[in-house]
Amino acid sequence: MKKGLTLQFVPYNEIGKLDSNSKIKKILKVVKDNKIVLLEGKLKSEEEAMLIQRTMEQIDRNFKGIEIATIEGKDEKDFIAVLKKNLARALLGDKFGLTIIGPASIVKEIKKDPNKIELFTNK
Amino acid sequence: MALKGFFNLLLSLFGKRKTIKLGFYGPVNAGKTSLANRISKDFTGEELGVVSKIPHETREIQIKEKVKIKKGNKQMDFNLIDTPGIATKIDYTDFIRHGLSQKESKERAKEATQGVIEAIKWLENVDCVLVVLDAAENPYNQVNITIIGNLAARKIPVLIVANKMDLKKSKIRSIESTFPQYNVVPVSALTGKNMELFYDELFRLVK
Repeated sequence: MKKGLTLQFVPYNEIGKLDSNSKIKKILKVVKDNKIVLLEGKLKSEEEAMLIQRTMEQIDRNFKGIEIATIEGKDEKDFIAVLKKNLARALLGDKFGLTIIGPASIVKEIKKDPNKIELFTNK
Repeated sequence: MALKGFFNLLLSLFGKRKTIKLGFYGPVNAGKTSLANRISKDFTGEELGVVSKIPHETREIQIKEKVKIKKGNKQMDFNLIDTPGIATKIDYTDFIRHGLSQKESKERAKEATQGVIEAIKWLENVDCVLVVLDAAENPYNQVNITIIGNLAARKIPVLIVANKMDLKKSKIRSIESTFPQYNVVPVSALTGKNMELFYDELFRLVK
């Protein structure tokens, strides 16, 4: 039987108001259910570190960890473009960008450059 | 003003000189322990830890205290804090592929997960950090960004060390363009290449 990949979109308004602990719990619950999370926006760097810590705490025979990548668009050099991007960041805050988090058993590698994410799977 | 100068002179003569807690952070197998060993050997004659091609060789925080680093007329005491490599996944079967037994691999994986947790906890205990990256690997990955983001959030001074500059595949420019707001110093911890420049940058970091 063929198995497909499940991508679960998590809109910012679903986790934006949660505290860091609850955010991480929610993300890891989806990932441990063998789904790939497409998160609108990004985690704070402290939350990313916490996500890594919680992931390490939960690694066992079945759960090998996660792959994670955030994309925010390329670093602009043109002054107006930089201004626009900074304005978007200021207005949107953590809602700016897109984060992909998947179980390491399914997502082998996420390669990224500022503009694109390539996701390589194990299956 | 003259009084302040006098007190500073007294402090430098008789006061306890501050020892800088220098953290070595980075992804797995970037050469953190090799660099810590190089520095420690240069100034104490002793190495700090064991290095290996098998990932997660360093699974506990290793500290070398009171390393007196000298460069020209500058001198400072450092505690070198070598941390386990940060990773988002650990699969014990990877260690089996490196020749370890299943039992050893499972044990190593368990210790490695604890090591990552400890490394992150230790971010609270360092004064400044060397982020050691493998110059032959793509620097634009989330582990590197997370480490540097966390250090920035804590306002901890950072020097990026582009290690393994001796490798043909090394791309120092790629690291510089990924982290344009940081100083990047290319070195080879293995051969000792560029270590003099590294010590200059280290003193600039902690001044």
